[in-house]
Amino acid sequence: MTGRAVITGIGVVAPGQPGREAFWEMIVKGKTATRRITLFDPTPFRSRIGAECDFDPELAGLSYQEIRRTDRAGQFALVAAREAMADSGLDMDAEDPHRIGVSVGNGVGNAISMEQEYRTVSDNGRQWLVDQGYMKPHLYSYVMSSSLATEVAWASGAEGPATVVSSGCCAGIDAVGYAVDLIREGSVDVMVAGATDAPIYPVTVSCFDTLRASSTSNDDPEHACRPFDRRRNGLVLGEGSAVFVIEELEHARRRGARIYCEVVGYAARANGYHMTGLRPDGREMGEAITAALDEARINPDEIDYANAHGSGTKQNDRHETAAYKRSLGEHAYRVPVSSIKSMVGHSLGSIGSIEIAASALAIDRGAIPPTANYEERDPECDLDYVPGTAREAELDVVLSVGSGFGGFQSAVVLTSPRRIT
Amino acid sequence: MSAPVITGLGVVAPNGQDREAWWRATLDGTSGLGRISRFDPERYPVRVAGEATKFDPAAHAPQRLVSETDAMTQYAFAATNEALADAAVVPDDFADLDMAVITANSSGGVEFGQRELQKLYSEGPQAVGAYMSIAWFYAATTGQLSIRHGMRGPCGVLCSEQAGGLDALAQTRRVLAKGTRLVLSGGTDASLSPYGLVCQLSNGRLSEEHRPERAYVPFDSGASGYVPGEGGAIFVVESREDARARGVERIYAEVSGYAATFDPRPGSGRPPGLRRAVELALADASLAPEDVDVVFADGYGVPELDRQEAEALAAVFGPEAVPVTVPKTMTGRLYAGGAALDVAAAALALRDQVIPPSVNVRPDPEHRLDLVVDRPRETRLRTALVLSRGYGGFNAAVVLRAV
Repeated sequence: MTGRAVITGIGVVAPGQPGREAFWEMIVKGKTATRRITLFDPTPFRSRIGAECDFDPELAGLSYQEIRRTDRAGQFALVAAREAMADSGLDMDAEDPHRIGVSVGNGVGNAISMEQEYRTVSDNGRQWLVDQGYMKPHLYSYVMSSSLATEVAWASGAEGPATVVSSGCCAGIDAVGYAVDLIREGSVDVMVAGATDAPIYPVTVSCFDTLRASSTSNDDPEHACRPFDRRRNGLVLGEGSAVFVIEELEHARRRGARIYCEVVGYAARANGYHMTGLRPDGREMGEAITAALDEARINPDEIDYANAHGSGTKQNDRHETAAYKRSLGEHAYRVPVSSIKSMVGHSLGSIGSIEIAASALAIDRGAIPPTANYEERDPECDLDYVPGTAREAELDVVLSVGSGFGGFQSAVVLTSPRRIT
Repeated sequence: MSAPVITGLGVVAPNGQDREAWWRATLDGTSGLGRISRFDPERYPVRVAGEATKFDPAAHAPQRLVSETDAMTQYAFAATNEALADAAVVPDDFADLDMAVITANSSGGVEFGQRELQKLYSEGPQAVGAYMSIAWFYAATTGQLSIRHGMRGPCGVLCSEQAGGLDALAQTRRVLAKGTRLVLSGGTDASLSPYGLVCQLSNGRLSEEHRPERAYVPFDSGASGYVPGEGGAIFVVESREDARARGVERIYAEVSGYAATFDPRPGSGRPPGLRRAVELALADASLAPEDVDVVFADGYGVPELDRQEAEALAAVFGPEAVPVTVPKTMTGRLYAGGAALDVAAAALALRDQVIPPSVNVRPDPEHRLDLVVDRPRETRLRTALVLSRGYGGFNAAVVLRAV
């Protein structure tokens, strides 16, 4: 046992077409999946843009019973988990299921189903004493977000420790960090870990409207999310899932698994300041980056690419740029930084895992996905944001970061299998 | 680092609004179960719950924070204040990055959420309040506690239904081992609004018995399901060295062992994972079954699940070989707060050398359990085992030892 954790399987359901390869092809071409929301009629809302998955659960291979009992978020996770398991080549008949665990990051649970079922049992908001006669039998699995871990455990056959990690918009990173911790401490050999969220529905859209955090470029949805650009005007909600097979290095080697990357460092910090506000100085995100690099025993100037949180809000992108300068020093001006949220939006609890998938694939494919829609420089955001076009690059060390409501800040460091000795 | 220790405890429960009031009620066998009063339950088949009816949020947090939070977070404000005072912790004495908050959550702020959903659909999108986004989500309590007490270390939120409180304690142990000095851990929950109750009704496990004293009787041949409750517990957890260094006189217990397992998928024919969780937790604590002096059982109250738990206990410990208790018979199942409250009960049992009773239960002899019923049992206690199961397949076990 080395106590080292490597990614050996990747599954993705991201905005646009489902599947890992479709996702990579889209982001490496700089194409955007942001569009006018189709999941409901967005006419009455301030922001009417979303990055939606073109997802049909039947075409994606789910059984009728799986479709019936799961929310859209659970369906994404099931499909991504199966793709990751198949990609890893893990033979469950040869594995001890007790040594396989599950961690699923998530922000807002089974939000769409909770809202749809509320409308029915309350007769569209008329009744406070809602009508049990219209209750769907799977309502309990909707209200308990832990059902997302149950679904992934059933899909993968895992019988080790399982949980949902629900630290808001950092959950997608924290679920991977949790998985790595369990592998390092020896509780498991393998974790099926990742995140899922499907928040594009009226109540979540209302929340971001109220906070004025989402983009109002309703006339030009394809170019609505402009991280680090001077004219950025907010985030665009996304949805989707990314799930990984993460395993202990020796375990992966023994079975001859293909290794995408090693997860060498992870850290989470809180701002202790405000539930939705960020200080412009980037302190807490910088601290998370520094702590993750310390755990990885990697110097800041070794980072070849930073996969940004880059949500496209005025506040975040300024805070994040300052965080890179605090934690990486002069190297911040040299390292390419890009935000795939420009293309796939911000899927809250799942985006951290989707961005880790992008980072792992960037190492694997030797290319840096761009920041789409970046055109005008903001004097407060003066780094290299890889505008518009992907770059070929041999990547040995990649940093991915997240930031979210509640003050959560997380950072994870991935390294190329070339560095494994 | 040595095993972490619990140095402060705060409680909000249906049968007591603070730690010592709840503990006195628990030893006296005073139940907090009653007819639901948050709304009129007459139209629903389930009418009994454990509500924290006397709780006054304004006594524990400024009005601004009360307005922007659900009851689940307000209970945590109160329990945290009590736990910090109990441990004599002044957060200002610590570096902010040396402290963290790790809580369990289960269903988010359901009452707050139902109110805002009602506004959305009866008045329109502009009626949704600014606090919906931060009050309803699962991370609300950890975020609010982190900000209120300036705790900026590696915070977290875990959702494994009723098992979450034990998973949060295990995650607390991990971050302490990595160098964080002090963690607020535990869980609180408030699942009772009409929509929250209807969501729970759909799992088919709630008791439809209307007499509070018969509604939740785990291990009884008359068991007919469980009763939901609200509240929970928050702990101050730190390393023993740190606790000693800052002059802490009373350490409740050491967190000596933990394990979590997941049940096989339905229809697999493989055995459930609770027994394995017990065995792994004991191994983690380097203890044998005979070292355990009391078990705080999960006590689901669903006949088949009671049988499974009794079988697991008999398999590990032997029939009637260890005292077992279910003080949650006085509170109902508190979801994210449930396992945390059981950890609090186990810690106080170790402090006072007394096992709190299970109430209203006449144990079915077929379960072969030494269930402590009706009256507390004074005995020498050094090691307590706390078990918890979360709907959907989650199992967790924690071993606490007196220091």
